[in-house]
Amino acid sequence: MANKSVVDFEAIKKDLADLPKPIQVLDENSNVVDQETFDSFSDDDLVEFMKKMVWERALHEQTMNFSRQGRMGFYAPTEGEEASEMGTVLAMKKQDYLLPAYRDVPQLIQHGATVTEAYLWSRGHVLGNEYEANSMMPQIIIGAAYDEAAGVGLGIKKNKEEDTIAFTYTGDGGTSQGDSYEGMNFAGAFQTPTLFIVQNNGFAISTPRAKQTAAPSLAQKAVAAGIPSVQVDGMDILACYTVAKAARDYMVAGNGPVMIETLTYRYGAHSSAGDDPKRYRTEDEVKPWHEKDPLIRLRKVLEDKGLWSDEQEEKLVDEYKASFKDAIKEADEAPKDKVSDMLKRTFEIPTPEMRKEIEKFEAKESNE
Amino acid sequence: MSKKTYIQAITDALDILLEDDPKTLIFGEDVGKNGGVFRTTQGLQDKYGEDRVFDTPLAESGILGLATGLGLKGFRPIPEIQFMGFSFEAIDQIVGQQARMRFRFNGKQISPVTIRTPYGGGTHTAEMHADNLENYFTGAPGLRVVMPSNPYDAKGLLISSVENNDPVLFMENLKLYRSMKDDIPDGKYTVPLDKANVVREGTDITLVAYGAEVNEAKKAADTLAENNISAEVIDLRTVSPIDTETIFKSLEKTHKVVVVQEAQKMAGVGAQVASAIAEDAILSLNAPIGRVAAPNSVYPFAQGEDYWIPGADEIVEKANEILNY
Ligand SMILES: Cc1ncc(C[n+]2csc(CCOP(=O)(O)OP(=O)(O)O)c2C)c(N)n1
Repeated sequence: MANKSVVDFEAIKKDLADLPKPIQVLDENSNVVDQETFDSFSDDDLVEFMKKMVWERALHEQTMNFSRQGRMGFYAPTEGEEASEMGTVLAMKKQDYLLPAYRDVPQLIQHGATVTEAYLWSRGHVLGNEYEANSMMPQIIIGAAYDEAAGVGLGIKKNKEEDTIAFTYTGDGGTSQGDSYEGMNFAGAFQTPTLFIVQNNGFAISTPRAKQTAAPSLAQKAVAAGIPSVQVDGMDILACYTVAKAARDYMVAGNGPVMIETLTYRYGAHSSAGDDPKRYRTEDEVKPWHEKDPLIRLRKVLEDKGLWSDEQEEKLVDEYKASFKDAIKEADEAPKDKVSDMLKRTFEIPTPEMRKEIEKFEAKESNE
Repeated sequence: MSKKTYIQAITDALDILLEDDPKTLIFGEDVGKNGGVFRTTQGLQDKYGEDRVFDTPLAESGILGLATGLGLKGFRPIPEIQFMGFSFEAIDQIVGQQARMRFRFNGKQISPVTIRTPYGGGTHTAEMHADNLENYFTGAPGLRVVMPSNPYDAKGLLISSVENNDPVLFMENLKLYRSMKDDIPDGKYTVPLDKANVVREGTDITLVAYGAEVNEAKKAADTLAENNISAEVIDLRTVSPIDTETIFKSLEKTHKVVVVQEAQKMAGVGAQVASAIAEDAILSLNAPIGRVAAPNSVYPFAQGEDYWIPGADEIVEKANEILNY
């Protein structure tokens, strides 16, 4: 029998790897590469974007400080991801429903939770989950939010809620979970207004993106679900905002879900629990990413326009940090979570056995 | 009143629930046009439209995640898992997400999902289609597990489950689907959750059972009655939480108990009943707690089911052993 293959699999593989360039508005050196989009932003817009990133960086720094002082619970560092996080969330409206992952606390705060609540969540206090924001609490189970986001999106569609979407985040590692595909596939099948955002920060704890999948991009994982998807420069807040806003506009017009992969980087450790990133990456690897820093990129543009100065930024950082200190003080004053309350909120109507346990704990707690 | 099978009673309940509340939704694999592989949802899509009763892609975690999200948006989802053996695919959504929603948000956000799924053996199905998996779910605080033993309860308990604001795992016994009929009221009625039912009164021994084993326990009670032994039969109906008060009250009268389950013996509902009795009602007893359960093997292939699943004979045998202690 002839040995010649009827299909050129290598060519197919090459086609898959032939990716369009990630979307950018500003390049690594702050040059405008998309003038039309750039011109659509007013000076005030640009300053506002900068402020948000400075706020997120300050939140990160102050929270790490609190962490070192032993004042935080679980915290996942966000330094390096400001453009991706702030750019996407600023394109959303209050009525949108957010399904964040554990690293998406800054977006949750932008969407309506208070910093005090975020700190209470970090410490594992239930009062941290009682925010007014249209949001789930930060999801720990990787992939779960994608399925739920399809459901929230379908709910929005069924309720005929106008100008409203569901949006959710996962990481590069999260795209390997079967649930991510199930969620996107459901959203595609039901054409729900659900925005799936993958923040590709290079690592899932210590496992690099390259070991996560042979897929040339994570964005193309949406293709199998019939969902349009795109890669964005995740260090360029103007690009992240523009693409997220375009996706939102597209979805509220009734066009079904979208997936966005932001190419970003996590400078620090996976979590504040003390993992050491030096075990799985070298300084040489991290350095070029610092050079692409989202704050530096926009700062240059603003300085050239005379809209920004170091003094201005320092003043802002001080203000922000002072507000985080107030927030943690407020969190310190939260009443203790009681076992009787935990039992009471397990079911709407406590079971007979729980009623007995509630009585027992209430008696104990009243003596404390 | 109409004579209805267990399946017809469930369809009837679903019909009433869809009629009553536009926020109720039924979805899952093949529940639409096909009416489910057992025809439990037959006719409902025709009556209520594809917006309310719809087929989903084939993915259990996706189905249950969809339910969680819809619940958060104010709907009252009634997803179906085609066979309980496939619930492992969705265990995070059920136990990890839905069951803890009220707790997480201090009641500010809830997701009141009622998951319907067929379970149980004796119908010679393929592997993974017949397990008794309640043991895995009864350990989840925030989740109710309801297992009706007859058509009347199936209808009333399903209505209570869906109207309840917390998630419920509603387990439908495969063998009972078409093997029994009850006279049941045509309109809406409810059977309370968390409440066991004394289905037969007696004074000599208490038989505690649930699901299809309630009918075996009733048969056993008939046999015991031929020897002048009066057995009280309790149907748990909700297996998490367990209504221990009804059991303890019975034990004050009978002083003897046999706990019966279709599932394997290890770490299950029967073990919980036995331990509750040992903890709080041991002095009511004058003999050891008897247990009848399936052996601790993997669920058998079809040919082995008939002698593996405990039946009335084994209950009679164990009851006599306890009575003669
Ligand atoms: C289902 C599940 N498996 C494993 C974990 C443990 N875990 C927490 S974070 C993480 C890596 C996730 O990486 P990625 O999705 O890339 O997100 P990132 O942390 O980089 O933002 C792992 C394995 C988890 N939380 N959930």
